[in-house]
Amino acid sequence: MKKKIDHNISNNNFEQCIKCTICTIYCPVAAVNPNYPGPKQAGPDGERLRLKKSDFYDDALKYCTNCKRCEVSCPSNVKIGDIIQSARIKHSKQKPKLRDILLANTDFVGSMNTVLAPVVNTVLGWDVTKLALDKTLQIDRHRTFPKYSFGTFEQWYKRQAQKQSEYKNQVSYFHGCYVNYNNPQLGKDLVKVFNSVGIGVQLLDKEKCCGVALISNGLINQARKQGNVNIASIRKSVIENKRPVVATSSTCTFTIRDEYPHLLGIDNSDVKEDVELATRYLYRLISQDKIKLNLAEKKIKVAYHIPCHMEKLGWSYYTIELLKLIPNIELIVLDDHCCGIAGTYGFKKENYETSQAIGEDLFKQIEESKVDYVVSDCETCKWQIEMSTTAKCEHPISILAQALR
Amino acid sequence: MKFDTAIIGGGLSGLICGIQLQKKGKKCAIVSTGQSALHFSSGAFDLLSYLPDGSEVENIQEGVKKLIEQNPNHPYAKLGEALPNLINSATQLFEELNISFVHGESNHYKITPLGEIKPTWASLDRLATIQEKQQFPWKKVALFNLDGYLDFYPKFIKQGLKDHQVEVNTFGFSLPELDRLRRNPTELRATNISNVLDKESILNKFIAILKSKISNEEVILLPAFLGLKNDNAFKTIEEQIGKPVKVIPTLPPSIIGIKLQQYLQEEFISLGGVYMLGDNVLEADLENNSVQRIYTYNHGDIPIQAKHFVLATGSYFSQGLIATQKEVIEPVFNLDVTFDSDRTKWYNKDVFETQPYLAFGVKTNKELQGLINNQPLNNLYIVGAVLESFNPIKEGSGGGVSILTALAVADKIAKN
Repeated sequence: MKKKIDHNISNNNFEQCIKCTICTIYCPVAAVNPNYPGPKQAGPDGERLRLKKSDFYDDALKYCTNCKRCEVSCPSNVKIGDIIQSARIKHSKQKPKLRDILLANTDFVGSMNTVLAPVVNTVLGWDVTKLALDKTLQIDRHRTFPKYSFGTFEQWYKRQAQKQSEYKNQVSYFHGCYVNYNNPQLGKDLVKVFNSVGIGVQLLDKEKCCGVALISNGLINQARKQGNVNIASIRKSVIENKRPVVATSSTCTFTIRDEYPHLLGIDNSDVKEDVELATRYLYRLISQDKIKLNLAEKKIKVAYHIPCHMEKLGWSYYTIELLKLIPNIELIVLDDHCCGIAGTYGFKKENYETSQAIGEDLFKQIEESKVDYVVSDCETCKWQIEMSTTAKCEHPISILAQALR
Repeated sequence: MKFDTAIIGGGLSGLICGIQLQKKGKKCAIVSTGQSALHFSSGAFDLLSYLPDGSEVENIQEGVKKLIEQNPNHPYAKLGEALPNLINSATQLFEELNISFVHGESNHYKITPLGEIKPTWASLDRLATIQEKQQFPWKKVALFNLDGYLDFYPKFIKQGLKDHQVEVNTFGFSLPELDRLRRNPTELRATNISNVLDKESILNKFIAILKSKISNEEVILLPAFLGLKNDNAFKTIEEQIGKPVKVIPTLPPSIIGIKLQQYLQEEFISLGGVYMLGDNVLEADLENNSVQRIYTYNHGDIPIQAKHFVLATGSYFSQGLIATQKEVIEPVFNLDVTFDSDRTKWYNKDVFETQPYLAFGVKTNKELQGLINNQPLNNLYIVGAVLESFNPIKEGSGGGVSILTALAVADKIAKN
């Protein structure tokens, strides 16, 4: 039996907005930044005017972090965040600055930095470097940069490729820039967990950065180009090789599934359902009794932070259920707050204060929770949490990998 | 995903049902499209304020008896003998939840944002309420409003109270910290105001203003534009001024309602419930007159399986009911819905008159089970505003129907 009313997907579904203001109540930015008018005004209300004339576009829309909490809270299914992002692409006349280009080009910057990682990490840690970046590029000097890894995940993987191909069941792994350049260990953990249940891990033919940072910094054409490369590789994996695609980053996954079609005009409808988070992939197989994780008793206390895009995907349940499989784990689910970083947003000088104010309640709760690890599916949440609290933040797949027998 | 009970709709009714079931050890999931109409709730729940013939209800149980005589298909009629017990369970649940309500066997009176004095069943104790219509607890009150805040009407309230021989001194105020909200006239709302006023330094400035204006009034009446983040805001004011502070609800969004929603949601989660916000049920598998599993937008091919299902999707606002040009439909299961086939009879041109469309809703049998082609689905129960045959606005029965049907269904499921 199918529902009579279709899921609301038209570009103009702002007509469904009844002005109830619930979205603005749950907007993390509007609550702390007086310059942002809130999602109702920036989204459906403003869209009415912008349809009439592009001049009505308000530059304050750049303060939107695209966290999608407005959409999650909307009782009328209005795609408020989508309306705002589309309006930025369509109407913003602001040219990306050099800083925005550097922050957005994670592939380019990452591949440069991994070669010289020990030097880069040291230099980026210096106050004088931070001050210089603050003054020249307006990258806020309070920010801690994620460490670059000496050598990429892809280089490590090449040495494993032979062994991986020996497994009967296979998935492709969209590792994302963060695993490749900053945290290859997470990729290694993923391989370990999948191998432990008899699944081999392949890489995609060609993987580019998902493009989320390019989109938010206004570099749409480049994002589209990269998106097309990714979807072509995903298509080859899913349709030709019958290999579903798993990822570890909630934001990469969300971008490929939900932002490619409407923001970049890339049709992903034939493969969308075969791109998902590794935690969801594992949960499905476990719930169908097809695999079983062999987890050792491990006394560990963790606090799970649900990233905004995970909230939007609605998939935190899978992560939580997988973590609960670890015997003796003590698991707290943190209150549903945005951490404030929103990718490259929080690195920008003009957003630093907003970013930290948004995360304040979360940081406090983390400090009070006294856990071994905070767990999160998002790498930028990890940076923000590790910079703003004393806690160490790990990906659920890494926690599972550590608990494997 | 396997649960004992899956509840569709996360507003007042869905949450009360979920909380009660979790308390009885039944594992529940709630799927909710977005946030609920509780965000507009004044914080006073009506159980039965007026009979269909327009007469006012004093003693609630007696009123319900008369109501059932006048409307034998009312949801309360389906609760039957259990109704007094359900009212008791409701008030007991409030206590267990640590929410202090004013309530009794008879209605008391609330003050609406438009200054009307209306009967109600259970009010949060911070609200300005009156036990007996003829005996107001105050002779002289101070009423404050932020200049330019349009969701609150001191003049109407002043007039409304004057009709009951209460002297009202009204004061306007402004604070430079609030001026930024004026940049956009539609954003000067209770929630945005609260985000500013709740901060300690600004709250202190506000208290200084209150102090400078009041004299011998017995009570300070404030619009409910405080306390979204700061639970102690009103207490702080009372302590610093030494006079009681009571609150009158604002037009939506309502901070009191939002706090209630958040509180109930947290309670449900802390009892072990799974709350899935921002998801839509797309499809349901039915076999042998019962719901086997439901599929949602977010979860795709991974179904939600449960022994029991509860539909708590609310009325038109929450799209629990959808009115098309020809019919009124229930979009999740396409259940039987009562509505008039003549569309011109759906509404009354006088907006203050009884609106028939409000009494349209999902048909059920006496067990509150939903029907398809008059055949009940054995494990699908219907609760709250989506139900047929009651008019929440005309009767003043919305809160009562939501809470009592939810508790009734929780009992039925727990016994199973």
